Amino acid sequence: MSNPLLKLENIGIQFGGLKAVQNVNMYLNKGELVGLIGPNGAGKTTTFNMLTGVYVPTEGEITFNGQSIKGLKPYQVSHKGISRTFQNIRLFKDLTVLDNVKIANHQLAKHSILSSILRLPTHFKGEATMEKESIEFLKIFELDVYKDELAKNLPYGMQRRLEIARALAAGPKLLLLDEPAAGMNPQETQELMDLIALIRKEFDLTILLIEHDMSLVMGICERIYVLDHGQLIAEGTSEEIRNNPKVIEAYLGEEVVH
Amino acid sequence: MKKSKAFWGYLAFALVIYAVVQGMLASGMLDLYYQNMLITICINVMLAVSLHIVIGVTGQFSIGHAGFMAVGAYISAICTMKLGLPFIVGIILAGIVAAVAGLLVGVPSLRLKGDYLAIATLGFAEIIRIVFLNVDYVGGAAGMVVNHATTWTYAFVGVVITIMVISNFTNSRHGRGCLAIREDEIAADAMGINTTYYKVVAFVIGSLFAGVAGALYAHNFYIIQPTAFNFLKSFEILIYIVLGGLGSLSGSVMAAIFLTAISQYLQAFPETRMIIYSVVLIIVMLYRPTGLMGTKELKDLFKVKNRGGSEA
Repeated sequence: MSNPLLKLENIGIQFGGLKAVQNVNMYLNKGELVGLIGPNGAGKTTTFNMLTGVYVPTEGEITFNGQSIKGLKPYQVSHKGISRTFQNIRLFKDLTVLDNVKIANHQLAKHSILSSILRLPTHFKGEATMEKESIEFLKIFELDVYKDELAKNLPYGMQRRLEIARALAAGPKLLLLDEPAAGMNPQETQELMDLIALIRKEFDLTILLIEHDMSLVMGICERIYVLDHGQLIAEGTSEEIRNNPKVIEAYLGEEVVH
Repeated sequence: MKKSKAFWGYLAFALVIYAVVQGMLASGMLDLYYQNMLITICINVMLAVSLHIVIGVTGQFSIGHAGFMAVGAYISAICTMKLGLPFIVGIILAGIVAAVAGLLVGVPSLRLKGDYLAIATLGFAEIIRIVFLNVDYVGGAAGMVVNHATTWTYAFVGVVITIMVISNFTNSRHGRGCLAIREDEIAADAMGINTTYYKVVAFVIGSLFAGVAGALYAHNFYIIQPTAFNFLKSFEILIYIVLGGLGSLSGSVMAAIFLTAISQYLQAFPETRMIIYSVVLIIVMLYRPTGLMGTKELKDLFKVKNRGGSEA
């Protein structure tokens, strides 16, 4: 508790005159699975973008693993050990499934450009390691049979799975999932929940999850943060969140409460 | 290990081509006209492949490639004609200086995307051309007389090295980083790819070989003039890779060979040359809107055939 893996202190961001997110305080302990929910436009994805370096918060501080990561570029944040998926799938569509994962594995091998151009032994060794590791990741997600398929040709559910596989291949300590179940049917959602539980155990991960699907969030998250209009309005276990009048108001409107 | 074998296979294939052509040239089966045509093809293939790594692989729409060719041409010409250095030193220096020029142009302009990058690179290329136009040391608008030094051997070795370096780069973790940028820059960044670095690297490698091609060009035509490196030249190179299929190395090589050959044959009909050339382009783009090869490589075609054969 004294030393959380990720800590957001009073972070906020302003676009012109619009305060998209303000005064958000959050923490994630190592190994936790935490949900971030809120109505559309509440600032969930903006918060993710601040965490991953896409946006630089205009106020506040973000610490990860005891170091400040505010102001780092997205690729530097990724090197620190934070990996993400996207709300609208962003695979490398015209590349193969295997290449998608290999790209995220970029940091695994260290052979230089010169060794690749001259095809030195270090190149072959590095590439072989990357290939082996990438196939391991695909196996966990049961995608290894499709490894030579172009990513855009996979069915939707598999594309979602591939995106998680790719995020994992970057070697994260903290995984950020942005609506992983969006557009999935109940059965696919159930499989996804099992998968998230599995990878969490297997890779000793900490996970922060944005989701609209309440059953998924309530089912697997240990703690939940609720954002509305760019501010945190509640935090707690799923039971506490379910009965929190502020949350009900944000989701269902004032009339229902009164 | 399988991949390194394939590499030696390609190299052996290249050697065979070289030996056959060299033999035909030596025995007089191919006259000077054809020798000149072969050298021009080699130069254009180098230009196409060096632009392929920037546009086809990394997805950065640069249309100022003739600018780097001009740098290479003038630097090599200065080396051989003014400083009396050997041709090979001129070629190497041309590559290095063009690469440095690529770095200087790439670092500020690669922050831009799409149309904006295209305009910026076009602008830089024009600046380079205007500089040469106004420097009397290299002859200004009248141009600079250069000795003929480019031979089939120089040109062919240049092509082989260009293709080898760029294909080896593309088929490695670094090349995949560049491909990721082409596919989705935001995702590439989030997956830990230093996008700025790889964009600049691809741009510098492309400029380097454009410079080498420029050096070979300068020593093939007896004279170089700034007008030879205007934006029409940049578009000509762009046409090779678009026609070949953006993202396909073998496609851009084939398109460069094909179009150079057509354009040489059409010199017999100067009045209708550009019309026929344009009609060919229009027909190809109508029937193959993704270019001759799409994003596929030659070897992919064979792979598909093999797979189909074994299933049947």
